[in-house]
Amino acid sequence: MDIILKNGRVVDPANSMDTEADILVKAGKIAQVGKGLKVQDARQVDCKGKVVLPGLIDSHTHFRQPGREDEEDFVTGSRAALKGGFTSVLCMANTNPVVDNKGVVEYICSEAAKAGLINIYTVAAVTKGLEGKELTETAQISAAGAKALSDDGKPVINPEILRRAMEYAKMFNLPVISHCEDPFLSRNGVMNEGLLSTRMGLKGIPRAAETVMVARDIEIARLSGARLHIAHVSTKESVEAVRQAKKRKIAVTCETCPHYFVLTEEAVSEYNTNAKVNPPLRTQEDVEAIKKGLSDGTIDIISTDHAPHSAEEKDVEFDFAATGMIGLEFAASLSYMELVKKNVLDWKGFAEKLSINPSRLLSLKNKGSLSEGADADITVFDPSGTRKVEISSIESKSKNTPLLGRELAGTAAIVIVGGKIKYENGKFC
Amino acid sequence: MAVAWKRKDLLDLESLSAEEIELILETTGSFKEISQRPIKKVPTLRGQTVVLFFFEPSTRTRTSFELAAKRMSADIVNIQTNASSLTKGETLKDTARNIEAMKVNIIIMRHSCSGAPHMLAGSVSPSIINAGDGSHEHPTQGLLDIFTIKEHKKKIEGLNVSIIGDIAHSRVARSNIWGLTKLGAKVTVCGPATLMPPEVEKLGVKVTYDIKEAIEGADVINMLRIQLERQGQNLFPSIRDYSMAFGLDAGKMKMAKKDVLIMHPGPVNRGVEITPEVADGPYSVILEQVTNGIAVRMAVLYLLSGVKERVE
Repeated sequence: MDIILKNGRVVDPANSMDTEADILVKAGKIAQVGKGLKVQDARQVDCKGKVVLPGLIDSHTHFRQPGREDEEDFVTGSRAALKGGFTSVLCMANTNPVVDNKGVVEYICSEAAKAGLINIYTVAAVTKGLEGKELTETAQISAAGAKALSDDGKPVINPEILRRAMEYAKMFNLPVISHCEDPFLSRNGVMNEGLLSTRMGLKGIPRAAETVMVARDIEIARLSGARLHIAHVSTKESVEAVRQAKKRKIAVTCETCPHYFVLTEEAVSEYNTNAKVNPPLRTQEDVEAIKKGLSDGTIDIISTDHAPHSAEEKDVEFDFAATGMIGLEFAASLSYMELVKKNVLDWKGFAEKLSINPSRLLSLKNKGSLSEGADADITVFDPSGTRKVEISSIESKSKNTPLLGRELAGTAAIVIVGGKIKYENGKFC
Repeated sequence: MAVAWKRKDLLDLESLSAEEIELILETTGSFKEISQRPIKKVPTLRGQTVVLFFFEPSTRTRTSFELAAKRMSADIVNIQTNASSLTKGETLKDTARNIEAMKVNIIIMRHSCSGAPHMLAGSVSPSIINAGDGSHEHPTQGLLDIFTIKEHKKKIEGLNVSIIGDIAHSRVARSNIWGLTKLGAKVTVCGPATLMPPEVEKLGVKVTYDIKEAIEGADVINMLRIQLERQGQNLFPSIRDYSMAFGLDAGKMKMAKKDVLIMHPGPVNRGVEITPEVADGPYSVILEQVTNGIAVRMAVLYLLSGVKERVE
């Protein structure tokens, strides 16, 4: 049945649109956008007071399939995505086995299709086994459908290998997503380096561990002429390095995650392992710089770095705890609360960072906009919705988040994927 | 002393108030005498079970706690294991819950991970005493150092105390810094820049890389142990280089005040951070620290067990 979304505030940066309008969805596509649309035989959905956005796209997710299905899988991950308003995600390659050949790419594409809830895309590794030594077979991987290359979780340590990988990736228009961390500077580190790490007696990760690699990778991008995307930017200095690179017209984009503009290192005090993440939570100064970077366009994308971990991996000594936190269910709310409500971004900016920019990064056809003819992936966001973060209401199989107990404002009311309502007012359809 | 002890655990000195520290020091004074009796035993903790839960090798601290508990008539169980219980497939929390299920009263814990005792304190009911966690704190060592200083100098406020050595990895340094600054001492930390924790000056201490500055005018010099395995990590070029710049020898002692106290938490690397003639010399109170360690630990056991009685 066709669907008509009535009287929502339609925000679509691709068409410079931010106005109250109706959207008609027909046969999986956006058929028409306009005021006062009248259609018979369509399900009418009142969107008054809600914001109608192109479906949100997460450019940085870990669904743990294959290998750690006890922590997350395509179905539970998809439900978490839908609850958070996401219609598409890009899974990182650090699964077991690693996504470093055509076979695993094909496995993910077919399993993701079986889950059938959202669009699940995959990255493939830059190097075999994420070992930083041997390039993966990029032509095959690209043909099998991988959308980007990344050794996420690890940097490509040897800059010569990164250069060759980027030159090769360029032929297939695949961006290389770089996890910027100098492993020598960060060795054994478990939190941000500074006064708090001194007080807690924990080994710190200096900000320079990230920024030296951002600077290096920008130069490699310039050298190779390929597209570089910097994952999970956490420091003020990294934001500045990307800002300068963009001024120099180098093909670099970057992302940050909500935890880097909502939380600071204070979240790990009391040795809270749910706040242990890599790169580590930084300081208020970094939070401000990241917000500035989001508002001036230096930071292109808000991703989640959704990293599910079992309780057994988190409920241990801080040094031994796994790094990462889940994020898909909270990213849109946090972006609304911290950015839109505080005038860092307007709704257009929100839709850019969470939909069209990730779509452009990954060259997703017909996604990220509400243009007529585009895929009908739509997120209806209710700014007046509220949610308390509680273990019992988390969809993800893993519950590792430092937000437990927090009240969130703004929730996804309706999520449409491929023209079908998949999530509506708290229920999966 | 007006304050009463209200805490279930002793995890660090950072979270204690000056009054709470004073209370422990005062209580220590009354326990010190017991170890000087011919029959060194009081019935204070009779019927209470104390578990020594050591994930890191320790002779001095473990023996000190064990004697403290025995002299108070507690029943003692010793668990000494490898740093990582994960190798056995059982998590630290599970192990602790098993101990808890055996109805023990106090767990004294040493662990190579900072924060490990804090994690347990929040998840099991027995009192937890931190006997050293990673590079974080070693509160009873800090307390016994302060007690020893106070015995000699009669006060802490206004004293110049220098802590020299590997500050970055030292839980003794952190506990001393918190305890001493809370009681009004002026603390200087001195060591190579590579072994200085970031932003340590924000803890209210003076930082110097020049041992002369740390020695001159100091009322107390606390020399920290250099872990010899740091040598391979490029944290300093060689033991010889370290000793030349930061080792305390008779020559450097000439710059010290006449009534300076020389302390060391042990075990001493003779000839590395401190030469034998200084360690055994007239200013040294290193063995007094060891004696006082038992009294401090008796006081802490007493205060924590008292809380339990009131709660029950």
